[in-house]
Amino acid sequence: MEYVPIIFGEVYKILFLLVPVLVSVAMIVWLDRRVWAFVQKRQGPNVVGPFGLLQSLADALKYIFKEIIIPSSSNKVIFILAPIVTMTLALVSWAVIPFSKTQVIADINVGILYLFAVSSLSVYGIIMGGWASNSKYPFLGAIRSAAQMVSYEVSIGIIIINVLLCVGSLNLSDIVLAQQNIWFVIPLFPMFVIFFISALAETNRPPFDLPEAEAELVAGYQTEYSGMMYAMFWLGEYANILLMCALGSILFLGGWLSPIELYPFNLIPGALWLAFKILFLFILFALVKAIVPRYRYDQLMRLGWKVFLPLSLIWVVLTASYLFYFNLLPTN
Amino acid sequence: MAHAIFFYVFSTIAIVSAIMVTASKNTVHSVFFLILDFISVSCLFIMIGAEFLGMIMLIVYVGAVAVLFLFVVMMLNVAQQKNQWFLSSQSSRHIPIGLIIGTIIFFELIIVVGGWKYKPELFEKTNSTSSFEGISNTHSLGQVLYTDYIHIFQISGMVLLVAMIGAIVLTFRQRVGVKKQSYIKQISRERSEGVEVLEVQSNKGVKIDD
Repeated sequence: MEYVPIIFGEVYKILFLLVPVLVSVAMIVWLDRRVWAFVQKRQGPNVVGPFGLLQSLADALKYIFKEIIIPSSSNKVIFILAPIVTMTLALVSWAVIPFSKTQVIADINVGILYLFAVSSLSVYGIIMGGWASNSKYPFLGAIRSAAQMVSYEVSIGIIIINVLLCVGSLNLSDIVLAQQNIWFVIPLFPMFVIFFISALAETNRPPFDLPEAEAELVAGYQTEYSGMMYAMFWLGEYANILLMCALGSILFLGGWLSPIELYPFNLIPGALWLAFKILFLFILFALVKAIVPRYRYDQLMRLGWKVFLPLSLIWVVLTASYLFYFNLLPTN
Repeated sequence: MAHAIFFYVFSTIAIVSAIMVTASKNTVHSVFFLILDFISVSCLFIMIGAEFLGMIMLIVYVGAVAVLFLFVVMMLNVAQQKNQWFLSSQSSRHIPIGLIIGTIIFFELIIVVGGWKYKPELFEKTNSTSSFEGISNTHSLGQVLYTDYIHIFQISGMVLLVAMIGAIVLTFRQRVGVKKQSYIKQISRERSEGVEVLEVQSNKGVKIDD
């Protein structure tokens, strides 16, 4: 019986995190479309509510009332499981994101490994959806997506090793606290650029959105999905994008730390700083979507394996030798 | 008590899914059960405090190895020859070899676990992690892996490299008549190579493509 209050406390904490995350996912979909429209000199969604802010809500209502169609030749269990897996994995990783020194649900020692593991698991939602649909376009999309995500994970992993060399801990709060003197974006700037581009590929965003390339594959692995199941894929995708932005701001932009430790900036709570940084990275994501044309598949693979992997490996050697030579290796 | 409940839940899932890997009719389902098995085993790792091992297990096995398994199984279209291991007469000749290997691994496990149980002083000597009390799992692993066991670590890396090169050599074949797109050629094209401005006389036309 002594577990009951603990469980309720945890549920309360989780709800307090997940509800803002889901609301911001809805807002970010709207923001994405608005930024895209402004770059192309269009209006974008501006009808529902003030500035079109309620557009995502209207879309969600529409999805809820649509019929869920399950193809008769599909593998039904896996077909239904796929969007659930995508959504769950996208939300589960928010547990370790620190919003300030004390505001984190699970402050585990291997936080960064946990995030990396969950983001490498999220490829299963896509493979399961593509395979279980039992149709050509989804299957091709799933194969493309799996190859792409596995390739770019390698370079993301090596970039994380770069940061870990400077920190000496796998804990996300320690990573943020190690940036009190200087944000890692300055000494590791090339790694930040590679991380940003790999994050685009990892979340299947344009210009690397080959898994759902409309011109070739209809909608890729989502082709056979409809109604709420399609909406769950969509929510999971945007929650993953937000998560990648959060990871980027924790690894390189100092997480919850304010840029200057001076009087007016100190008053703003850490969670807000983190939100600003996530928003900044997301606007970059949206701008890239509007500006850059889609890559060809062989170019995508070439970029991942022949450019990013050697570059980040060389940078690991450079960072390690620099830290070792000047005796700056973190010890604890 | 909560610890025990979680342990039994995860170990039951692990054992049941391990059985289902071999018993399920559809090969793709087998791979999914294998993934479930990996995940529940890594949960068990985390429960005994080996959080680093558990996470690495998730990243390496579930995130990379099992994806490749899935790839192969989906591409080969094995769904047609649905798991006829114990039914058809042709493939049953694999069973004795499998049984022999299974028994060897089983006895090895018995020896290791038995030694652990009945000769604890053997393990006290080699086990240097016990001196790192109060240090996180990752730190203590790093301290022994790159000092005491550096040679074993390097040799296992070499074994993996040799296996990888072997697989590449076995499957490599030179294909003829493949048109390759040269990335550098494509972006370094000049206007003078692609466009030509001609004076066209009326009623004569121009001859191109010769």
